Amino acid sequence: MPIRTEPVTVNIGPQHPSTHGVFRLRVTFDGEVVQDLEPVFGYLHRGSEKLAEERTYSQVVTLTDRLDYVASMSNNLAYVRSVEKLAGVRPPDRAMYLRVISAELQRIASHLVATGFLLQDLGAFGTPLMYCFRERERILDLFEMLCGARVTFSYMRVGGVFQDAPGEFWIALDKFLGDMPHYIDEYEQLLSGNEILLTRTKDVGVLTSETAMDCSITGPVLRASGVDWDLRKVDPYEIYDRIDFDVPLGTVGDNYDRYLMRIEEMRQSLRIVSECVKQISSGPVKADVPWLVRPPVGDAYDHVEGPKGELGFYLVSDGGIAPYRCKIRSPSLINLTAVKDMLVGGKLSDMIVTMGSIDINMGEVDR
Amino acid sequence: MYGLGIMGGFLITLKNLFRTPFTIQYPEEDVPRASRFRGEEFVWYEQRCTGCASCAKYCPLGIIKIETSLGGTDMQEGQSYSVDVFDIDLGRCMFCGLCVEACPYDALHMGSGFERGQYNRDSLVIPIEELKLADKRPSTWFRPQLEDKKYHPQGGDPLSWDEVGR
Amino acid sequence: MGPITSANSFYSNLYTAFVDFHIVGVSPIPEWLAYFLAGFIVIFTVINAVVIITTLGTWVERRVLGRFHARLGPNRWGPWGLFTPIADAIKLLTKEDTRPDGIDPWVFNMAPIIFIVPAIMVFAVIPFGENTYVANLNIGLLFIIAVTTVGTIAIFMAGWASGNRFSLFGAMRAVAMLISYEVPMVLSVVGVVLMTGSLSLVDIVEAQDVPFIVVQPLGFLIFFAAASAEMSRSPFDIVEAESEIVAGYHTEYSGMKWGTFQLAEFIAPFGVSAILATLFLKGWDGPLLPSHLWFFLKVCFFWFLMLWIRATIPRLRIDQIMAFAWKVLFPLSIVNVFLTAIEVLVWPNPTTTEWWTMAAINWAVAILSIVIFSRIGKDKMSTRRPIFSSRGSNSSALKGAN
Repeated sequence: MPIRTEPVTVNIGPQHPSTHGVFRLRVTFDGEVVQDLEPVFGYLHRGSEKLAEERTYSQVVTLTDRLDYVASMSNNLAYVRSVEKLAGVRPPDRAMYLRVISAELQRIASHLVATGFLLQDLGAFGTPLMYCFRERERILDLFEMLCGARVTFSYMRVGGVFQDAPGEFWIALDKFLGDMPHYIDEYEQLLSGNEILLTRTKDVGVLTSETAMDCSITGPVLRASGVDWDLRKVDPYEIYDRIDFDVPLGTVGDNYDRYLMRIEEMRQSLRIVSECVKQISSGPVKADVPWLVRPPVGDAYDHVEGPKGELGFYLVSDGGIAPYRCKIRSPSLINLTAVKDMLVGGKLSDMIVTMGSIDINMGEVDR
Repeated sequence: MYGLGIMGGFLITLKNLFRTPFTIQYPEEDVPRASRFRGEEFVWYEQRCTGCASCAKYCPLGIIKIETSLGGTDMQEGQSYSVDVFDIDLGRCMFCGLCVEACPYDALHMGSGFERGQYNRDSLVIPIEELKLADKRPSTWFRPQLEDKKYHPQGGDPLSWDEVGR
Repeated sequence: MGPITSANSFYSNLYTAFVDFHIVGVSPIPEWLAYFLAGFIVIFTVINAVVIITTLGTWVERRVLGRFHARLGPNRWGPWGLFTPIADAIKLLTKEDTRPDGIDPWVFNMAPIIFIVPAIMVFAVIPFGENTYVANLNIGLLFIIAVTTVGTIAIFMAGWASGNRFSLFGAMRAVAMLISYEVPMVLSVVGVVLMTGSLSLVDIVEAQDVPFIVVQPLGFLIFFAAASAEMSRSPFDIVEAESEIVAGYHTEYSGMKWGTFQLAEFIAPFGVSAILATLFLKGWDGPLLPSHLWFFLKVCFFWFLMLWIRATIPRLRIDQIMAFAWKVLFPLSIVNVFLTAIEVLVWPNPTTTEWWTMAAINWAVAILSIVIFSRIGKDKMSTRRPIFSSRGSNSSALKGAN
């Protein structure tokens, strides 16, 4: 007589220690195996796109900080580039170098958060999390020297950045660039060879490259599946065409590959920042743009390679001081569409680990 | 061989056991802040303020309330409005600093403290008397003239109205 | 009745003191009362010592774990934060005792009690120092194994009675894991028993010329892993995996009932460290220092080892835990038992040199078997490096180097 089992629907609710924000999953289990999955989000919707229609172009920069609250500089950069494309403004060289330095440091900080929380979900009881956050504190101290805030920066303005970096910033940055590779080596020694991490993350949550391209995935998730697509190489913006760096790719597309991508990207970001520090020249840091920017009527879309994927802003202007429509293409939301392919057929523990390795941020998903 | 990767991990954890901890014992030690830190207080010099309300206009959230009347005298030159009400609502402020960026007379600066918690929402609004009497240690955010003087609000003396101008 | 418990000096001193207590020539305390009172005082002391050392151990664990994380642990209440366990206890005692709707009341209330009693009972047969123990059972080791198995029932009771799907998940995972790990745990101590010839813990301590950690490396490793799993301690703490099923079988408990679960979870490592120290490191024996202090140091050493493991490695998935038990630990323990049996046959009364020869053979076989197992699982354990894109960069990328 066959065993009669019953699938059970469980709500991994909005309040959960490891859902990376207020995110809800309705999962149907058969024993421990996931049969069906339905993500429910919208718990953090704050109406950013509508609010942007009532603020002037310079004031919207403060709104964009709060989209992906872990990586504010990238959001600022994407938005400001869209406005500059719309208004036809070109920022000075020094401004572009400062922007790239901030964006790459922000990428390191965001990947540290992602790695730390991935290991927290795996159960390593907070040790790698604390080490990653200790390094992130140093990056946040650098940013505090630069623009006065630690999380929501509002550093960039239309036409450049708003203020030059003080002298102590360069000294601290050099010290950081000297120390950080040793810390990344420490993480690798602690984690990359760890047999338990290997068994938990290898061949788990596999995303094939065809599925990734069909679902418009971008960012480290796409590169881990083997697709060679990085906006900094394919469509270079700012000064990325003057800098020599490598883009890591994965082979299989499982969780281990995604974890390796982030570690390697951190190393490459350090390389980019050192190059920028060597190449930067003095000059103005902001183009001569009035506060109340009035771009001509039209629309523009511009994108950057954020730490989580391609972040894009589509702005429509009607000639006034506020955007007529601001649409945000957030990478985490699009990356979530492939969640069902990765998780169905796996187990409950794998589900948690995979959600951690895709690195979503609910501020971006819900806007 | 099984276990060698884990052994490497053990050595790293042991190494970190003997490092100095990263903690700052907050109420006893003061947290070191950069000179550009955008703190929770505001520094307002009434001798410089003309009541133009650019800060109120530029704030994205509209939390500054200014009421003026005619007949004030500006210490720098000529006439200005006399400011009767200057309220900043800290309960909704996001400390973005756009108001400081907007002020053409360097009258409003960001402060550098962060210990302004209150017990009810109404007392979070800073009225004009408190702004007049508060300790004047401005943060150097968007004030390159203060940075050229190498001023640091955390260890420095309070500045008077004629030392903060461009 | 009477002074029957032979060499236990603490107990016999108390007993004779009570019996010899004469007022005006008449002994007011009858023999049965002296027996009862002396025993009660001994047991009371031991239980309280265990519980108090455990609560201090929570403080030590949090401080040391903080130091592993390059931060300070709790240091606010009292000098160096020593009153933190008292603060925790007061907090738990004053919390509301929630009673959800769908529970089974008798089972729900009995589960914490059934969970904590076996954890403390383990200390009844362990010798703390020279001639200091509560009881010298001649089946001491069997008693320990039998008593710790009762904890499994308590976990299942807690998970079932909570009326919550997550708790049931946690309880089922726990029962499967705990039952699987009984087998390697028992088989790994069979080696120690064969070498000693007796199940009594006091005899095992005296029979160790060379500490058994040197003579029986496989036995030690298997017992350490299996006992960690029995206690649901990292890396096997799938049962209470906070990031997955919130708190598993004790989600619905609050207040002192939850405190009882946590206390039992905490006494268990001390118990297992004490057993490890007795079985594998010669218990209370050692030069110079008093025997109680040696015992305490050895217990602390094993406890620190468990804490270090907890701080470093992530947890395993439930099917990997079961695979580890049945496919790795079980064959290794069988190998260990056979090898020890052959050695005991060849050298029935070993001298010190013969102990060392046995140790050498055991170490060789241990390393050989671990290497064989690694070869079998080689492709699953191999690390990977990322490859690099060839687009737009003319540096060392194409050679795959960093």
